[in-house]
Amino acid sequence: MSTKPFVVLENVGKQWNGQLGVEGISLEIEEGSFVALLGPSGCGKSTSLRLLAGLEIPDQGKIFIDGADVTTSAASDRNLSMVFQSYALFPHLSVAENVIFGLKVRRVPKAERQEKMERALKITGLEGLEKRKPGELSGGQRQRVALARAIVAGQRLCLMDEPLSNLDAKLRSSVRKDIKKLQRDLGITVVYVTHDQTEAMSMADKVVLMKDGHIQQIGSPNDLYNHPQNTFVAEFIGAPAMALIDSNIINGIENGNRIGLRAENITIVPLGEGRLSCRVSEAEFLGSETLIGLEHEGTTGLNVLQPGLSMLPSGQKIDITFDDQDLHIFNSAGESITGQ
Amino acid sequence: MSNHINLEKRRQAIYGWLMLSPAALMLSIFAFYPSGATFFSSLFSKHTRRRPSEFIGIENYNDLFADPTFWLVVKNNLFYAAITIPVSVIIALSMALWANSKIPARGFVRTAYFTPTVLPMIAAANLWLFFYTPGLGVLDQIGSLFGLPSVNWLGQPETALWAIIFVTIWKEAGFFMIFYLAALQTIPEDYKEAADIEGTSRWTYTRRIVLPLLMPTTLFILVNAMINSVKLIDHLFILTKGGPSDASKLILYYIWEMAFAFFDAPHAAAMTILILLVLCIVAAIQFIYLDRRTHYQ
Repeated sequence: MSTKPFVVLENVGKQWNGQLGVEGISLEIEEGSFVALLGPSGCGKSTSLRLLAGLEIPDQGKIFIDGADVTTSAASDRNLSMVFQSYALFPHLSVAENVIFGLKVRRVPKAERQEKMERALKITGLEGLEKRKPGELSGGQRQRVALARAIVAGQRLCLMDEPLSNLDAKLRSSVRKDIKKLQRDLGITVVYVTHDQTEAMSMADKVVLMKDGHIQQIGSPNDLYNHPQNTFVAEFIGAPAMALIDSNIINGIENGNRIGLRAENITIVPLGEGRLSCRVSEAEFLGSETLIGLEHEGTTGLNVLQPGLSMLPSGQKIDITFDDQDLHIFNSAGESITGQ
Repeated sequence: MSNHINLEKRRQAIYGWLMLSPAALMLSIFAFYPSGATFFSSLFSKHTRRRPSEFIGIENYNDLFADPTFWLVVKNNLFYAAITIPVSVIIALSMALWANSKIPARGFVRTAYFTPTVLPMIAAANLWLFFYTPGLGVLDQIGSLFGLPSVNWLGQPETALWAIIFVTIWKEAGFFMIFYLAALQTIPEDYKEAADIEGTSRWTYTRRIVLPLLMPTTLFILVNAMINSVKLIDHLFILTKGGPSDASKLILYYIWEMAFAFFDAPHAAAMTILILLVLCIVAAIQFIYLDRRTHYQ
């Protein structure tokens, strides 16, 4: 194995009629890792994936897969598979025909085709459904057919474009585990686009958070949660996200900066003993805990978590406190200046 | 005990019949009754002043089967259908595939193909009459540039039917293209991309994915084309009037002639019934056979 990472994007950019698609995308993906491209809609994560897949050709930059420059190669020459958001299953073909479609196109001998299909269907738990048409399957089964089609050829790189967004919430969490297990068992590299941070944080080894066509931060889920590089990351990651507080309303912090603070690091103290006194705006019972929204001038998204059922009436005044070591400090440009 | 269930069932039945009745009424008045009346009148002899019409059973049909013109017209119509249906469907499909791809001036191409359908048929036929006119016509003018002799396309038995066939294809292809174009647009872009990633060639993609997905449209178009092929009459009025020596006479024109030129309504009725019968059988075969091989989304 070469020391160069499996997939490399170097300063890749793509524009449409002068409108920005993505710009300056540089990314390295190790073989066998699970990378999630995360961001709000329109941030360029799908565009990045399509550039990597070869469905779009970049205006600038270079793309390498397994050491080869594939910047302008056709999609079929990149030795990858893809799972589409809509699954893109051919409705007139049966499950079996859908799965082996690519093998047939590549003129794989019939016996081998059959063997590979059976293995793929076994892995995805679709045995017995070979003869069904996609229209006769449930959403979850269709999703698994799309997965089977992606893994049947044995490509080392698999791209997934929001594969879970058409499933209901309950199914989503179980399929999430299935995909992660599949990726680990097969040892394939997965690049996974999602707008759902739970998916990204729970599955990925490396999360790439994007906004407006630019990468905001690349790091492990832990990095993004605990060391956000800027206020966008801070306000995007976590549920509830980090609260941002103007530094001038808290004593002992350099002026002109903004302070990030997570709900779990805030404690409620008796009136008069806190570092900040605010008003309760709403309370939301989540089961094991209650999320209490707080209001104060110069703050956004300030929340505190209380164990169990603890519905405080809105408008009630409470005092809160926190440790300096839990604070994330951002400069006026929104970049983190917390010593790491 | 199950009284309310019966009531509910009856309510559903009344509801169903109410929904059905407008279509049933219209079809009865304008399709079923006329068909029945036509069949009825085809069993009677022609009414003249000296001999009132009387029941003669299948006599009219026997006359038709003994009439050489009838067989010539049937042969003409079969030939006409056998050429126009496949050719116009294939041209429509190729044009639609082309007009659906990313080509410059796509809107213009689509409009251009559709224009023949928008033109009133009488106007279009007059246009073609001008094209075909010997000596003056566009075809002869172009031919004379290359030193070709003048051809009376519509005036000689060998070419008259071909000239009609050509006009029909010109008109039908654009019309069918619109259906294909609409169907092509319901095929998601994803399919092409999924196929691209597998390295599918354009031809394989068209053959394995696009054509099967277009099958419902193809079936619809085939049935329509077949019906159109026995429905053609307006061109004939302008272009050839069925001549010369019945070489371009088609079945509907012959029926019209029988009923309104020769005033022989019973024979016209008998011919109409025969056409209806044949159309029903062919449509049933098309639907039963092709339906089984067609995937509906």
